[in-house]
This record gives sequence, structure tokens and C-alpha cells, in this order.
Amino acid sequence: MGGIRDRVAIVGVGCTKFGEIWEKDQEDLLVEAVYEALDDAGLTPQDIEAGWVGVMYPFTGMSGATLVEPMKLYGKPVTRVENFCASGMDAFRNACFAVAAGVYDIVLACGVEKLMDQGASGLPIEPPHPVLGIASAPGLFAMAAARAFHEWGWTKEDLARVAIKNHKNGAAHPKAHFRRPVSMEDVLSAPMIAWPLGRFDCCAVSDGAAAIVITRPEIAKDTKHKDDYVVVKANALAIHSSQPMYRPAYDWLGFPATRDAARMAYDEAGIKDPRQEISFAEVHDCFTSTELFNLGDLGFCEPKEANAFVRDGLADVEGDIPINPSGGLNCFGHPIGATGCRMLYEVTKQLQGRADGHQVKDPRLGLAHNLGGPGSVCSVTILGMRD
Amino acid sequence: MVGIASYGAYIPLYRLSRQEMSQAWGIPGIPGERAVANADEDSITMGVAAGLECLAGVDPASVDALYFATTTAPYAEKQSASVIAAALDLRPDIFTADFTDSLRSATVALRAAHDALESGSAKSVLVVAADNRPAEPETMWEQILGDGAGAVLLSKDGAATVRGFQSVTSEVIGPWRRSADRYVRAFEPRVETQYGYMASMVTAAKAVAEKEGVGPKDIAKAVLSAGDPRSHGTLARQLGLEMPQLQDTGFLLLGNTGTPQVLMMLAAALDTAKAGDRLLVANYGDGADAFLVEVSDGFSAVPGKRTLQTYLLTKRMLPNYSAYAGFRHLMERERYVPKSSPVIYWRDSKMELALYGARCRKCGTVQYPPPRVCVECATKDELDSVKLARKGTVFTFTLDHLVGGAYLNIPVPRVVADLEGGGRIFLEMTDCDPTEVKIGMLVELTLRCLHEGAAFHNYYWKCQPIRGG
Repeated sequence: MGGIRDRVAIVGVGCTKFGEIWEKDQEDLLVEAVYEALDDAGLTPQDIEAGWVGVMYPFTGMSGATLVEPMKLYGKPVTRVENFCASGMDAFRNACFAVAAGVYDIVLACGVEKLMDQGASGLPIEPPHPVLGIASAPGLFAMAAARAFHEWGWTKEDLARVAIKNHKNGAAHPKAHFRRPVSMEDVLSAPMIAWPLGRFDCCAVSDGAAAIVITRPEIAKDTKHKDDYVVVKANALAIHSSQPMYRPAYDWLGFPATRDAARMAYDEAGIKDPRQEISFAEVHDCFTSTELFNLGDLGFCEPKEANAFVRDGLADVEGDIPINPSGGLNCFGHPIGATGCRMLYEVTKQLQGRADGHQVKDPRLGLAHNLGGPGSVCSVTILGMRD
Repeated sequence: MVGIASYGAYIPLYRLSRQEMSQAWGIPGIPGERAVANADEDSITMGVAAGLECLAGVDPASVDALYFATTTAPYAEKQSASVIAAALDLRPDIFTADFTDSLRSATVALRAAHDALESGSAKSVLVVAADNRPAEPETMWEQILGDGAGAVLLSKDGAATVRGFQSVTSEVIGPWRRSADRYVRAFEPRVETQYGYMASMVTAAKAVAEKEGVGPKDIAKAVLSAGDPRSHGTLARQLGLEMPQLQDTGFLLLGNTGTPQVLMMLAAALDTAKAGDRLLVANYGDGADAFLVEVSDGFSAVPGKRTLQTYLLTKRMLPNYSAYAGFRHLMERERYVPKSSPVIYWRDSKMELALYGARCRKCGTVQYPPPRVCVECATKDELDSVKLARKGTVFTFTLDHLVGGAYLNIPVPRVVADLEGGGRIFLEMTDCDPTEVKIGMLVELTLRCLHEGAAFHNYYWKCQPIRGG
């Protein structure tokens, strides 16, 4: 038996506004996102048979009780999933397997993170070893950008165009963290965070939650979204080293986890030419340079020409392959555990023609790409409309 | 005959003009500048730097003992020599000892090393000395003191023979610090100079000259430690020495470096010594030690070894007193302290301090940290331990402004470097101008104190642009 292609259907999605949500805690956020997804599906909490909740930080929540407690789903089987910044999409992956296996009919995949209560700039980082791996998240990704500057001649302006595009997109999305377009001058004059990445090259540190209700297509035919439910065409996860700094052969020009996950997902979905067949994509632009690497790693363009791809407008909402019509992590925000599910929320609504912000024109297949760690964990999901 | 087989010295990269200190406090200024250890340096790390210089071209496994002399040991309870021995990759079955408390400790250690060699209990003894003495703010001590380290390797067949030891003990309250004192204290310096320094040094030096049958004219260079230039000159006159015979104390450009001063001066004298030269060495502190060094024909410079002059000339000036205050940790402030564990430090000490990686027998990849399973070919338990080079090339880097969620002392250059002979490593860069970091630049590794996690000194390697390179 192969993968889960056409065996899982999305029948409800929900997402909170992302941002500095001072007045709500992680439980409030999850309740909001989950109830929105259930309302979208026309279901009630009692219909949920099992759940998977993506969370990265222990301070956001430990164990399945992270979801069970706020939703009062006492007695239900719920698992907490942690896989760096790809925790949310990995929660979805596990939920898909349970449904595809026929163990449950209606399950919930969700993710949440509550970062703003920690009171620090950037992500709190506790290195696993006292001396071997101390660096900020921007610092780790910046070392890849530095190689692309050196090898491929990418520039600060190339990175800035990603931030400009994503802020333009996010400004139109009512749930995005930031709602203001930025100019080239804004981006280039912003304070440095980790050279060559400045303030606008780095995604927001946000609070938020997102939730997805899934079932099998034959059951979806009897739900509220019977005419426009979305089916999973592929889902793949690939893990590489969490310490790429020490790999002697690593060229730092892109992320092998993305390449492996994309290859598996394209095989599963039967995609031969992603450049032609994928209509649009939500990709993990934790940093503007990461978005450029993703375009190459996902096969949308020659890796070193990703700067031209964005510069020439091919990634715009009106372009060949709109990239991050939501605004992406860069503008929409990045509550770690929630991000993977937020991407699936966005791709689902775009496919259904009810995007909250800019609507992509006539999408057929949408791709969501969730990357974690220093390019070491990647989950890729491809969604399409029901037949 | 016991002799010096090798030697080395270390001076921190950073200097501060004494005028900056004078202006900061509105007090008189001494001409010149002083050496300032970086915030991540201490006596142990500077001792390792001098020790590495001394052991250039020497098999560390040939060293039978390590004596470390300092008045500023980073630990009040726990040996410092054991840290230095680990970082220098010395054998575990050697004798290590700290010689502390007296500014004379370097020659106390050196004499003990000499006697151990004479007795036959060791064939090769490394003596390392380092200090970064704490000066009270708004006093002249800040201008007078300086930081540094020196090292000598003594062996049975060392090419510069050491002989004629004479010691004097003398109870004079000179510069001192009680256990609870934060800063160096002094009382009336003239009494100490006349009845302490002058009396002890003259007695010891004259005794050596008499014992060895040498007069002032037979001395090529006199290595006489001194707290200030005036005492130094007065002592020389009393010993009948002329100015050209005097090895400079380094006071003008480094400051009084304390315990290592005598070894740093000896290193500078040996850098320019020629066969047949006789050096008179005398060192003060609670009495004095003196001895004679005679340079033989077999004494030659080790290729690639840096002279004291190289360390003296490669420097960066601190812009102001505030920078010095930051380096010296003079201001209490909240700091991000990473987690640590003495268990991990112990388990990983060969990797972390001696810097060993692994080479896969199947695919030949040199890798770090050493794993059970090869990072390239996934072969299990077929890796041999391999010592990594302390030089490499920057493969990629970032300048990190976000350190532990705060913006303090930034940016921090973080570097992925390919080491000579294999192995890729991820290190902080220190002692550099962040704007000069480039892909492809050559770096050398330097042991530093990374942080104080778990309330102990977490020593590990950083990299720096090659000094004098």
C-alpha cells in the first residue's frame, strides 16, 4: 500500500489572528482556532475522535493535555507532536495516517505557540550541549545566506524583495501579524539581526493557533463542505542533521531536508514538473534567504536563480507561482507549533476560492512547506480540490 | 645538566592607553599603554596560549610534569594546572601542581622543576605562568598592571642550561591581597623597594654570580623582574650592570604583568640570544630567586614560533576606559548564562579541551564532534580518535546580534571553519574586528572561557585571526 494520496480530506479549517496577543493565553488561542475549524466543518467537539497538537516549546504546553484541557476533550486520545518549527505539519501528518488507516473517522490536527509571554527578543534557545552549538536562529540561517552571497552573488536587495513581496501580501490578510507594506529603504535600513539578515529579513515572533479537521473522502461527501472539500495529494517528512555546522560535506546552499521531502511528495502526488503543475505555495520563509533557498529546493527554479525568480515577479500573487500569498512567516507571523497548520489553512481556503487576503487565480494544486531547525526538519504537503 | 628546551610567551591582543585611564578618572597618567586580557580570557586561558607557543614542535606526550604559577587562579578550590594540561593534551600520568600566592611563583615553580629534573623524577617539565591581577578602579594600579603569560620547558638535555640557583626569603608586606580582597593593595612602596626588593634581589643575584664565578661583564643579558622602571634601574646599578645589558621589563607597553613577567622577559632575551650568551635571571616576591642561563650551540629558534616581539606588535587599542571596564567585568549586570553540567564537561573533556575528533576507517572522513556512527557513510564504531589542528579556514559565518535573547557585546562572529587536515567546526570568533570577518580567511584556535554555566568556568575553543600572520 502506497501513501495517503486521495485518502484524506480536509473538511474544516480555523486560524486565530497571529501577532502579539497579550490578552490571550495558549488555551484561549487553541479554543478559538479549533472552534473555528469545527464550525467550518459543521461539527462539534464531541465529533472529534482523536487529536494531534503541534507544539515546540514546553512552556506552551506539555502532553496531549495541551489540547484536551482547553477543549475539555477528557478521555480522548491526543498526542503532542514536536518536530522543531515543522511541529504543526507533523501533527497533521500523524492525524492523516490515523484517518487513512481507518482507525478513526474524524480527527483534529492543530498547533499552537505562545511566545510573547517569554519577554525576550527572538526565540528562546537552550542549546542541547553547553559549548557545541550556541547561536541564535537567525545566526544559523544567516550562515547559509552568507554562502549564497559568496557563491551565487545574492545581495541584500535580493533578500529585501522577498520581504517587500510578503509584506504586500500580508497587509491584505486580516489575520496577519503585520498589516503594513514595507519599502526597499525600510528593509535595507533596518537594524542588523545576524549578518546578512536585518530586521525585515527575519520573520515575526508571534502568538497564534491553527486547526484542521480531517476525515476520509467518502465521509467528506456527507459534510458541510461536500462540494468543495480538499484532498491530500501528498505528505512527506524528511529529517537531516540538527548540527549541519559540523558536516564536512555540507555546502550550505539550500536545505537537503526540503529536497528530500519535496522529492517524496512529488512522487506521491505524481508530479513530474512542479514548476508547471503546482499552482501556488506557502513556503517556510523564516528568513527571506530561506524563501529563496526554498524556491530552488522545491524545484520551482534553478537554485542560484531564485533571486531573479522573485525579482521578475514570478512569485507575486499575479505571477507564475504565487509564493506566500498569505504574507508567509515573514509578515503573517510564526507561532512555531501553529505555523504548519496555518499554511494548510491558507492553502485550503485558496483552493476553495475563499482566501481571506489576496485570492490566487484558478489554483489547482497548492503546496505547503514547513521547515524546522537549522534546515534539518522538513514537511511538505500538497493539496488539491476534490474530483 | 638541566636546561631550557623551549619557551614561549603570550600577550593579550588588546591594549589601553594609560592616558584614557588618566582622563577617565582625572588622575595623573603614566606614559605608554598596558595589556588588557579580553573578557573571555583569564590566567588559565593565557597560560594555555603561552604553553601552546612553548610546545610548538614538541610532542606533548614527552612532558612529565606541568607546574602552573599565578596569583590569579580562576578557581580558589580546584587546580588550574589540570585544565591547562588537558588543553595542551599532556599525558594523564603526569605530575601537575599550582604554585600560587607569591609574585615570585614562576621561579619557585622553575626551581622546583629544575630540582625534579636533577633528582631524576622527571625528564621534561613544563612551567607556565600567567596573571591578570585585579586593579582597584580610580587608582594608579589600573595603569601599572598588565596581563600576560610565559612558559618554559625544562629538560635534562635542554640547550640553554640553567644552574646556580640561589633563593632568599623575606617577610615584607609588599603588594598583597587578603583572601577576601577584590583588589591589589599596597602600603609605603619605598620601604618595600629598599628593604624588600633591593635587598633580596641583590643578595640572590650576587650569590649566583659568586657561585658561578661570573662578573657583571660576563652577563649578556640580565633578566631582572621589577614592579617599576625606577627600581629596575637602581637594582641594575647596584649589580654593576650597564643599560644595554638589561632586558626590558615591558613596563611601558605592557605594564607590570606580575607572576609571568620574569618568564616573558626571559622569552624576549632568548629570542635574541646567541650561543655562548650568559643570562642572569632574578625574580622578586616575598624574597627572591636567581639563577644563570647559559646558551649553548644547540640552541636554535623553532620555525613558526612567535617571538614576544610579535605579540607585542600585534595589538588592538581599546577605544576608551568603558571598554576596559567591560573586559574586566567591573560593572555588575544581568547576563544570559547558558546551562551546563560538570558531567558533560568531564565526559567530553578529551573532545572539548584537547580537541579530538574522529576519522572513519571506511570513508576517511574526519569529523567533529566524534560520533559512534560516521556522519558521511553511517558506519558504526569504525572511527579512530584523531587530534584536530588548531588552524583552519572560514567556510561561512554570521555576525550574530541576538545573543541569548539580548543585545549585549554584539555582534558576535560565529564561524563554520574547515580545520587543516580535516574536520569542520563551529566556533565563536574572538579578538577581532567583526567587519573584517570573511569567507576564506585563515584562523587559529584559542582556548577561552565561554560562560559560567552551572557556576564553573566552561573553557572551550574559539577562533581568532592569526596573530602576526
